Amino acid sequence: MTGGARPRRRLVSGVLPGFGLSTGVAVLYLGVVVLVPLSALALRHSALSCRELWPIVASPRALASYRLSFGASLAAAAVNVPCGVLVAWVLARYAFPGRSLVDALVDLPFALPTAVSGIALTAVYSRNGWIGRWLEPLGVRAAFSPLGVTIALTFIGLPFVIRTVQPVLEDLDAELEEAAATLGAGRWHTFRRVILPAIVPAAVTGFALAFARALGEYGSVVFISGNMPMRTEIAPLLVMTRLEAYDYAGAAAIANVLLVTSFALLLAIHRLQRWTRSRAGLA
Amino acid sequence: MSGAASSLARREVVAAPDAVPLAGLAGAARRRPRRATEDPAPVKWALVAAALCFLASLVLAPAAVVLVEALRGGFGLWWKAVADPDARAAIRLTLLVSVLAVPLNAAFGVAAAWSATRFRYPGRSVLVALIDLPFGVSPVISGMVTVFLFGARGWFGPWLAAHGVRVVFAVPGVVLATVFVTFPFVARELIPFMEAQGTEEEEAALVLGASGWQIFSRVTLPNVKWSLLYGVILCNARAMGEFGAVSVVSGHIRGVTNTLPLHVENLYSEYAFQAAFAVASLLFLLAAVTLSAKKTLEWTQRTSRRDAAHRSPR
Repeated sequence: MTGGARPRRRLVSGVLPGFGLSTGVAVLYLGVVVLVPLSALALRHSALSCRELWPIVASPRALASYRLSFGASLAAAAVNVPCGVLVAWVLARYAFPGRSLVDALVDLPFALPTAVSGIALTAVYSRNGWIGRWLEPLGVRAAFSPLGVTIALTFIGLPFVIRTVQPVLEDLDAELEEAAATLGAGRWHTFRRVILPAIVPAAVTGFALAFARALGEYGSVVFISGNMPMRTEIAPLLVMTRLEAYDYAGAAAIANVLLVTSFALLLAIHRLQRWTRSRAGLA
Repeated sequence: MSGAASSLARREVVAAPDAVPLAGLAGAARRRPRRATEDPAPVKWALVAAALCFLASLVLAPAAVVLVEALRGGFGLWWKAVADPDARAAIRLTLLVSVLAVPLNAAFGVAAAWSATRFRYPGRSVLVALIDLPFGVSPVISGMVTVFLFGARGWFGPWLAAHGVRVVFAVPGVVLATVFVTFPFVARELIPFMEAQGTEEEEAALVLGASGWQIFSRVTLPNVKWSLLYGVILCNARAMGEFGAVSVVSGHIRGVTNTLPLHVENLYSEYAFQAAFAVASLLFLLAAVTLSAKKTLEWTQRTSRRDAAHRSPR
């Protein structure tokens, strides 16, 4: 079939060779590495009837873990939007000493293994840590509390908003701002009415990406959270606990709740990115 | 035209000190009047300071604390933790895992990018979308999937056990979980890049009589090498640093199935903080190398693009 030069119905367009080989390898590998394993998880799930499933998925401990996972992820992503826009703005618009170093620092949460981030954040925010010791007298307990979980998730999601907003700010037409200025707008007015609308789609995409990442995050959270059931136990950790107890059905049930949510988010992000691109095309 | 504009600008700069005689005393920055699309200096510096505070407390402090804690007891203690037999076994396993996982995913990434950017066919966008799946899966679930397939009660577990192959709680499981987690990196990097590049050069090679492999190795590969390298670097960083997925399948057997991140966790949970941070500093080094490689590649690409723009007649 490969290299067959006879004319046939053109399902495939493209004149270069190697369609069969590259597509075959890609589909086979995708199937073996990703699709078969994920379907194993889905089928494991359906081995249980709904009546058996519900007590696991909706147990008080599981509900508490969803609340924490969703709440802390939302809070972290929400903190990252204004702070990320601020950092993106500063990096895109201002020259200051050490700018490129700061720019590199933004990617550290991507590059640093999560276990390292976890123990480092715990060291910084625990009671006698560099920052934790200043929060303690204020009555704020950062490590081993839901706040600690939020801090870790903010760290993990930090690059997303910055890296989606920054290129939009850099590509923004200077003429728009000049036009606003000639029409008598002050800088704040220009920002609010000209720049902000242009970066909203990117900021929303960044928010969704940060949220999706935070929802599944494990390594950086388990150290700082303290892992108290009902209080600081995130959903991925509950999956882990069930697995360690060899309760595979329970682990699969809770995992599927997480999976469905994150796939829905991925789909939404795909839509968002198309929206961002079409907006950029219009501008 | 541009000459007139620049002479105008020069006159403006020269004129400014005469108009405001004290400007020289106030500092050189005051000499040029602020443009209407520029922010006032106090606003600028306040925003810079706020951004730096945010980054310092959230990113710089944890980065610094790793190094400070790692070297707390001096270089001797650091070396003792790093040269410990268990740590050395962890380093070896981490290297082995990445040597196995990264080339596999790189080969897939190249094949998928070739298929998805050089041809149009039904199901193409589905293929591209499915590549992202592992990014949407929690690391814990990625590891769990391996257990469900190859564990004692998994699909292939009993068959493997009958043939004396151990996957879960052994090295193969660690490799498989890492392959799953790092699956999208190279493809994700290559697909947009090759899509943007188009197929003209390859089609020209085809017309000149080049074979498929010649087109790929002589035209495509040189064009995408930086993008490919960047994907490989990201893939490698994740492969060496993965924690959640590997933690599920490894069983934490010291000296056997512990990768570096798992060794860090083991030490930390035994309250061997200094040793944990010492081993963590190795992973920090990996992150630093990854980030500087990224910066270098960005810089290389920018200069090569500028050279290309310079050479082209337009």
